[in-house]
Amino acid sequence: MIHPIPPGTRDVLPDEMRELRTIKDRLRQTFEGAGYGEVGTPAVEYEEVLRTGDQNAASAGYRMFDEQGQVLALRSDMTIPVARMVATRFDDEGPLRLSYFGQAYRAVEHTSGQQREFLQGGIELIGVPGVAGEAEVIALTLAALDAAGLARHRVGLGDGALYRTLLAALGVPPENQAELLRCLAQRDLVTLEMRVSELVLARDARDTLIRLPELRGGPEVLERADGPAGDAVDGLRRLYAALEEKGVADRVILDLGLVRELSYYTGAVYEVYDPAVGFTLGGGGRYDELIGRFGAPRPGCGLTLDLQRVHIAQAAEERLR
Amino acid sequence: MRGGEDLGPTGRSPAGEGLTIAVPRGALLADTLDLLDHLGVDTAEVRGNDRKLLFEEVGIVTMRPSDVPTYVEHGAADIGITGKDVLLEAPERDVYELLDLGFGRCEMVVAARAGDDALGESLRRLGRVRVATKYPLIAARHFSETGRQAEIVTVKGSVELAPLTGLVDGIVDLTATGRTLAENGLEAVEQIVTCTARLVANPVAHKLKAREIDSVIGRIRGAEA
Repeated sequence: MIHPIPPGTRDVLPDEMRELRTIKDRLRQTFEGAGYGEVGTPAVEYEEVLRTGDQNAASAGYRMFDEQGQVLALRSDMTIPVARMVATRFDDEGPLRLSYFGQAYRAVEHTSGQQREFLQGGIELIGVPGVAGEAEVIALTLAALDAAGLARHRVGLGDGALYRTLLAALGVPPENQAELLRCLAQRDLVTLEMRVSELVLARDARDTLIRLPELRGGPEVLERADGPAGDAVDGLRRLYAALEEKGVADRVILDLGLVRELSYYTGAVYEVYDPAVGFTLGGGGRYDELIGRFGAPRPGCGLTLDLQRVHIAQAAEERLR
Repeated sequence: MRGGEDLGPTGRSPAGEGLTIAVPRGALLADTLDLLDHLGVDTAEVRGNDRKLLFEEVGIVTMRPSDVPTYVEHGAADIGITGKDVLLEAPERDVYELLDLGFGRCEMVVAARAGDDALGESLRRLGRVRVATKYPLIAARHFSETGRQAEIVTVKGSVELAPLTGLVDGIVDLTATGRTLAENGLEAVEQIVTCTARLVANPVAHKLKAREIDSVIGRIRGAEA
């Protein structure tokens, strides 16, 4: 007799659990070693709290009523709950380094093969503004994945506000901006090019808007961004220099077209890739306004990993040896 | 795209070196293979063998056009070629749409029996139209955007049959020349969108194999110019 479980969820049997635990232990050791104490938050939150962090409640897929009729939601990311916790439970003093491991939940297409319940592990660095905080988070994530047995992973690095800044700087009418940002977020570069070509702009400006999402790679990318784009990538240039100092710049892919869907990011955004997995292993960014939505404002940045995908990459790495 | 090029430290794919390309069988196949020939990919074996699906030595994997976004999203192929109609019908597939390849031009249309106004009459008297299609998302969006209530009936086979038998008032389908419509006594009454072949890429490959993918784009753009 077969008793089903919802698509996108899974039972974990001892062999898989042992391997997952090893990965988790190695990530945890790296995080703890760098002073990132582990915290936990509940899997269910008040929906209103998630909505305070992101107007879409970070795309929470599951809601229910509690015994008083309050709307609860299963968390769909860990950053909003951690931000709530930081604002509520910690004094507003000095940098705060936190790590976490936990399940999060998203609604999925029935047949898409994606996970409804997924295991996340990550870090949040609160109270360290600018490139110093970001370089620390990126370098630590790279080191943690090294410890977990990966070898070919890379971090993609972009600026979530870059295209918006550029649209304004080039004088694109506000009514056209939203459409272009939507094309970029949906990775539809064909429609993007078509819409940009229709704009009444100087040829240079149109070329800049069309070429920007194609600019990804090493530091030469920053050279190729000129004019207003050159000014807008100044933040990335400084972050890249900080990563060079930490000796990890060669594992970073600068990506001027990178955007992430969550609305709480205010600047740099990151994604983690491994050639063995067709999806991103994780992502993150800087969220300097998020904690202020729950209490006293504090800058923050963080990076989260999907541990099942990290496991796939680790297994592929083992096969190569 | 195979041989010669330095793939860098991360360049790996099931085919060894180079990119794995998802190639659509059916109406787009001939133009797609011509394009690949132009890029220097050896397509002789694909042309000569229509049973075999995976051509590892040249990095080609062949499939139904509607499966291309799935293979590319999951990274089973780095890049692929498919119709815009397929992409519009599968918006949840997270792939880069990089280039309009121009070939395979078709119209997505609303069509109904020639000579009477079944759609208009149904809307006026019954408050909604009934439409059969293989593209339920595109059809639902079109009627919703034009302010009409519609019941969408999804069929898998010859959609032209549906209005002839009274199953529906009209259809939403892809047409290149309008011949199949005409042979079944149907005519296009509304244009929805023009669809052409598109080059798509896996989001991770787009970053890790940027040089190889850009080289493909550059050569295709060069061929157009």
